Order: sequence, then C-alpha cells, then structure tokens
Amino acid sequence: MEQKTKITAEDGKQDLVITREFDLPLELLFKAYVEPEIVEQWMGTKVLKLESKKHGSYQFETTDAKGNVVFKGNGVIHEFSPDQKITRTFEMENAPFGVQLEVLVFEKLTDDTSRLNMHVIYESAVLRDQVLQLPFAQGINWAHNRLQEILNTLK
Amino acid sequence: MNLRRDVFQAIADPTRRAILLLVASQSLTAGAIASNFDTARPTVSKHLQILTECELLEQEQTGREIYYHINAKKMKEVADFIEPFRKMWDDRFNKLEAIMKKYKSKK
Repeated sequence: MEQKTKITAEDGKQDLVITREFDLPLELLFKAYVEPEIVEQWMGTKVLKLESKKHGSYQFETTDAKGNVVFKGNGVIHEFSPDQKITRTFEMENAPFGVQLEVLVFEKLTDDTSRLNMHVIYESAVLRDQVLQLPFAQGINWAHNRLQEILNTLK
Repeated sequence: MNLRRDVFQAIADPTRRAILLLVASQSLTAGAIASNFDTARPTVSKHLQILTECELLEQEQTGREIYYHINAKKMKEVADFIEPFRKMWDDRFNKLEAIMKKYKSKK
C-alpha cells in the first residue's frame, strides 16, 4: 500500500515535517482546516472554539463515551493566509509536552490535487520524541479511536 | 523506555550510523570495520560497544575472530518507532479527504 502521509523526523532534532498529497482542490483542503464542523469530523475531537484569523485562538476537547474529558488542547493562530498558510501554536492541556509551533503550508498541485506541508517544532528534541512515542506508549490513540467510533456509526 | 532512548541516542551518531550501514550487508570483524574509518581504532571499538549494548549489533565468535552483524529485529523496531504517529496522521488525512470529496459532490 502506498504511504500517502510522510513524516520526516531526523535524529536528535526538535522538529519534524509531515507531508501529504490530497486528491482535493486546494480550496477544499484549506476549508477542511477552517470550518469547525469539518475539523471535528476528521480530527475526531470536539471543536469548542476555532477563530480562523490572525491572533485568533482555538480549543479542542475529546470526551469518552461516559462524558469524561480524555483530551484537551488549544492554541493561537499567528498567521492566517487563506489557501496558503496557517502558523499556529498547539498545546495539549495537562500534559508535560510543552507548546509546539506548527507551520502549515498549503500548495496547489493541479486543479484537483493539493499538498500540505506541516512543519512542527517542539521545545526540545526529547519532547519531540516523547510526543512521537505517545501513540506508541499508550497503545491507543485518542483521535484514532474516536475516528473509529465515528466510522463505525456511519456503517 | 530507557533502553529505547539509548537506541535512538546510538543511531544519532553519524559514525555509528555508518557502521550499521557497513555491517548491514555482511558480518565483519572489528578490524575490518575500523579500516573503513579514519577514526582511531579505540574510538571505533567504543562505537561498536555502544551498538552492541543497545542490541543493534550482535557478536558472533568464529574461531579466534569476533564478527559483528546487524540485529534486524532491533533495527525494525527503530524503523517502526515513528509508524504509529504516521499512521495516526494518515488516518486523519484519509478521513479529511473522504469528507471533502463528499462535500464537493454535495455542492
């Protein structure tokens, strides 16, 4: 199976790059990052707030079936250039991973395809590796599980 | 978890990565490995010791010689390290793509 999503994480560095080509026009790809109800669906988390503008902020929250909060994250948007670029911070609340800086560059490939380049910078190389190990160490992943639940209800 | 970190510290060094590449194709003695580097022999020995301690290399005694060969299982573990994270994003993006394709056709 072809791996559409690629991760570049060099040893000992405090950043990583996630790239993905989409079978979508650039405008639709960008829209998926802007509309809260769409973000909710693919990120598998509740979007409490999403102000897609310079100096705007956002808040995510995920609850389990019993209503317990299992994940809370937030950040601020530093740059918002429609169909081009979003620069934002992200912080997982009540977690020891610090704040990460995310630079998302959206690129048109053809009329029907586009590419996302996501550069994530962590506070240190150690923190980066801890975040990378997160889904690994926990054995489960909050977003993935939530996604699976949604997929199951759609079936 | 400590051992895991050691493995990543081990492969963070360029000389050690070069040693792994060298040994990947064939088992070699410490002398044969050292002859590929300008570095002093004791330095190479130290690298070999670290790689062996974190199980990326295995030693095998053949007659009087000790041959080093790669531990494929451990190497795979290192390669797999990033995979759950990649898979998480791949799943998200697949979902994004599916949602937006539907969104497009609805318009």
